[in-house]
Amino acid sequence: MTVETHQTEPWSVLDTSGHLRPDERVPSGDSALDLRRAYRDMVLARRVDAEAIALQRQGELGLWPSMLGQEGAQVGAGSALRPQDVVFPTYREHAVAWCFGVDPVQLLGLFRGTTMGGWDPRERNFNLYTLVIGAQTLHGVGYAMGIVRDGDVGTGDPERDRAVLVFLGDGALSEGETNEAFVWAAAQQLPVVFFCQNNQWAISAPFSVQSRIPAAERARGFGFPGVRVDGNDVIACHAATQEALATARAGGGPTLIEAVTYRRNPHTTSDDDLRYRSGSENDEWEGRDPIDRLRLLLTGDDAPERLDDDFLAELAQEEQALAERLRTGCRALPVPSPEDPFLHTLEQMPADLARQRDEHLAFVAAGEGDHA
Amino acid sequence: MSTALAHALNAALRDSMEADDKVLLIGEDIGELGGVFRVTDGLAKDFGEDRVVTSPLGEAGIVGSAIGLAMAGYRPVCEIQFDGFVFPAMNQIITQLAKYRHRSEGAVSLPVVIRIPVGGGIGAIEHHSESPEAYFAHTPGLRVLCPSSAQDAYDLLGQAIGCNDPVIFLEPKRSYWAKGDVDTTATPLPIDQARVVRPGADLTLVTYGALVPTAVKAAAAAAEEGRSIEVIDLRSLSPIDDATIVASVERTGRLIVAHEASQTAGLGSEIAARVQDQAFYSLEAPIIRVTGYDTPYPASRLEHDWLPSLDRILDAVDRSFTY
Repeated sequence: MTVETHQTEPWSVLDTSGHLRPDERVPSGDSALDLRRAYRDMVLARRVDAEAIALQRQGELGLWPSMLGQEGAQVGAGSALRPQDVVFPTYREHAVAWCFGVDPVQLLGLFRGTTMGGWDPRERNFNLYTLVIGAQTLHGVGYAMGIVRDGDVGTGDPERDRAVLVFLGDGALSEGETNEAFVWAAAQQLPVVFFCQNNQWAISAPFSVQSRIPAAERARGFGFPGVRVDGNDVIACHAATQEALATARAGGGPTLIEAVTYRRNPHTTSDDDLRYRSGSENDEWEGRDPIDRLRLLLTGDDAPERLDDDFLAELAQEEQALAERLRTGCRALPVPSPEDPFLHTLEQMPADLARQRDEHLAFVAAGEGDHA
Repeated sequence: MSTALAHALNAALRDSMEADDKVLLIGEDIGELGGVFRVTDGLAKDFGEDRVVTSPLGEAGIVGSAIGLAMAGYRPVCEIQFDGFVFPAMNQIITQLAKYRHRSEGAVSLPVVIRIPVGGGIGAIEHHSESPEAYFAHTPGLRVLCPSSAQDAYDLLGQAIGCNDPVIFLEPKRSYWAKGDVDTTATPLPIDQARVVRPGADLTLVTYGALVPTAVKAAAAAAEEGRSIEVIDLRSLSPIDDATIVASVERTGRLIVAHEASQTAGLGSEIAARVQDQAFYSLEAPIIRVTGYDTPYPASRLEHDWLPSLDRILDAVDRSFTY
């Protein structure tokens, strides 16, 4: 049995025909979204996703969780970040990683089986992908507690004040840990923004399995604001995230953003979504594509910035080069040494583990594993 | 100076917080109340609520936020109120805390200490007398410590807080008010080294936590019958200092392992396996485990007979010498 959810229209400024509705909540001037850059980011991130799927089909990756259709939400949120902010992603934030400067080749290692992580989270303040649903929400809360104790909140210094941006999906709303994170963030008024991409499906479970009300409405029960935004409208997603992050950095506490979007591909390359949903639903959402609508705006008569032929030609070249770099980079990802897991279990390898390592390395060196 | 084990823990927390302002405490009721066992007594007053954080009631939140704090450069010490209440935090401990160093290929350390009062013998109601150590010892990426004396409580907790690995710190709750001498200036044993608390020649008795004093009494009783028992306090339950145990068994030829936790797949099984592997030809008798049974922890009116006791250990000693 499924129950009907109440539907309130998410906030949107850019409609599917590329018409931009003026709205005072959309920032202007220096804090406005760079629309041509957002377009470029969405196109290139989508290419990363498409190449990764192709690499999986060629056997180069074991698995890939596609984010097709969610570029508007992710680039909108990702482009609202400042370098000192900290991101706690799920495992599908490929476009956020792109916006925050993580090399997309590094995203592939986890799915190729060359690493359990893939990048140094401290280099870009972009934490490792978290596969256990909702677990990262509490890490974001703890990090935000650290920011408060460091005094890096509410100083008014734009170079200093920091916030945490935690990503989660609609399925994670049902996890106990997510709800604990909401309680903690509210009680301590922490500088954290929870960005929920409600892509309608938690593998095969529709949103109605998780909630009778829109996700954003839950925030009020915890004691902080919730915002429901059109996740395929990159301008609205950017505006909502920028405002929430500014509030958080200023010491105004947490916000939950529900970006209403759609996962157009199966959950991962191992999933078969036609077993639980119809293709027509997908077609419907394809009509709300975040990249198409921005292109319509930026090539229309009243475009605030214009995608001219030179820009598009350059972007096409950039896309080709990126695709080539991903294909080459994926195959060149270093395979770790058999000793690596032993080295990084504890800071100093204990004697009993060193014995196991020696036994394993001797076994590997003898080549006995070749016949396994 | 004679000090209760709980007070030695309090001193270790205080000294660590004074030495490093990144050390902070987080747990339920640990502020003004000082925790249900009063281990954090007075610390909120002296260090403030930002460093002695009374948390919302949620164990996953305590450990999950401690992970985030550690990522932000802090050294959080969590208090879980009772052994039976750590399980809501197990996801954070096992899937996140224990794996992050490995996942980040050594780039990120998570210096989180999780203090847990453990064990029975205090007449408590259910979920308040558990011995969950094997779950943690079975999880790569964690250290598991268990002091038995006030001196080791002080030393090991300070070492745990200074250590860059996640540490599960098990506090034998029925020993909280047992007193012992504490020298805060002495150089402690290494964090992962077992201690020979009573040397002996005829049989090795390995245990930890609240059973160490019982084991020492058993050794004294056996000595009256002419049997010389060497008592080893494991202290570090993971990693296990098997070198100290094996060296002892090579001299004595006999081994008993005692713990309150259930028998199957417990620490005793692991120690027995390692000793038969490394000292097979030294053994004069089968290795005997004296443990809690493979049942849920019983109602407290039954716990006296269920727990490993002086008599059960001496009975095992007798059995060992029949070979």
